[in-house]
Amino acid sequence: MLRAFWAELKRDLLLSFRRRGDLLNPLLFFVMVVTLFPLGVSPAADFLAKLAPGVLWVSALLAALLSLDSLFKSDYEDGTLEQSLLSSESNYMMAMARALAHWLTTGLPLALLAPLLALMLFLPSEAVPVLVLTLLLGTPTLSFVGAIASALTVGLNKGGVLISLLVIPLYIPVLIFGASAVQNATLGLPVSAHLAILGAMLIMSVVLAPFAIAASLRMSVSS
Amino acid sequence: MTALLLEIKDLFCERDDRTLFENLSFKLFSGSVLQVKGKNGSGKTSLLRILCGLYQGYEGQVKFFGHDLADDRECLHQSLTFIGHKVSVKQALTARENLSWYANIQPQLDANLIHSALVAVGLDDYADVLCQNMSAGQKRRVNLARLFMLPDANFEHSLWVLDEPFTAIDVEGVAKLEQRILYYVENGGSVVLTTHQTLRIKTVELLNLDN
Repeated sequence: MLRAFWAELKRDLLLSFRRRGDLLNPLLFFVMVVTLFPLGVSPAADFLAKLAPGVLWVSALLAALLSLDSLFKSDYEDGTLEQSLLSSESNYMMAMARALAHWLTTGLPLALLAPLLALMLFLPSEAVPVLVLTLLLGTPTLSFVGAIASALTVGLNKGGVLISLLVIPLYIPVLIFGASAVQNATLGLPVSAHLAILGAMLIMSVVLAPFAIAASLRMSVSS
Repeated sequence: MTALLLEIKDLFCERDDRTLFENLSFKLFSGSVLQVKGKNGSGKTSLLRILCGLYQGYEGQVKFFGHDLADDRECLHQSLTFIGHKVSVKQALTARENLSWYANIQPQLDANLIHSALVAVGLDDYADVLCQNMSAGQKRRVNLARLFMLPDANFEHSLWVLDEPFTAIDVEGVAKLEQRILYYVENGGSVVLTTHQTLRIKTVELLNLDN
């Protein structure tokens, strides 16, 4: 079972590495939104520092959303998705590997890049570790939940719009707890409750989402 | 000894409000080849996808070794190799990387046979070439190389479902593939295939969906 998991993960990471343009898209989007925001609103440090938690979290969320449409698309089109589903190994592990690969190539780089952009928005330095931590806890949830919508819509021509409609309501709790944890950190308030809730959402999505992803993929391939 | 591998009873399938086939029943024993024939759109591919457990929009019973596919697909998937219409290789991976991935997700295939499989399909010089730099026929050969990665010991009670396997393959390649199918069947394997070509294999059973 683990052999198939590692094979899927290794293959997806290798494919992402070979298609570096696709890999850079969400990161560039993240950087551009955060960079342009002060130009469009105000460059005042106090003002930006207040808005930074929300801006960084919304940008990261939209950047993660950007690459969801292509998560299973090429596999569906070239037939390797149905071959994965025909494996006698668990489809659950395959789905988990795909979502994890999405996070490693999208969410993790966003979380690692965030401190640099946080400085640009004058986020107080004591809130930066909390920002990184919330992104490390929250973005995997975005990948796992987003993968369900991606799997449901993989067989549709205009699935991208539908993905946004399906996942944004499910992303809202992650956004609320992620951004408010960073906000609390800037004010010196406790953040442990927010982090615990983000952690709980992460555990639930990692455990449960692969069932839904695998079932959705089987349904999409069957239709 | 031949065993009952596949049993289809009263199969009914419709797509887009058009009945493809109904009351379709047949049996497939180990060590035999079944060629599904029919006009374009007669439901050959749909039937093959039903047999693989890839399409669930049917009524009736499909049993593999006595296990109903509706309840237990794992039993079939341990023994199945499916070659479909699609290229089924990743363009950004080399031939070797694609086959290595297959060997990991389909444990019935042997990763140690990758090189000999590539030799068999005439792609040993292309083992480390990205598939995006190959012709359509070469990509098809990479996919077909999976048929050469099944160890002889796993032939018995295994099933190949091949949808137009000879498409985009040259005459020499077709002859090699037919030889491989024959060898596989003689050693206990079973094949369900569609092709518009006349097979040189003599012991083929026919299922005509036009009737």
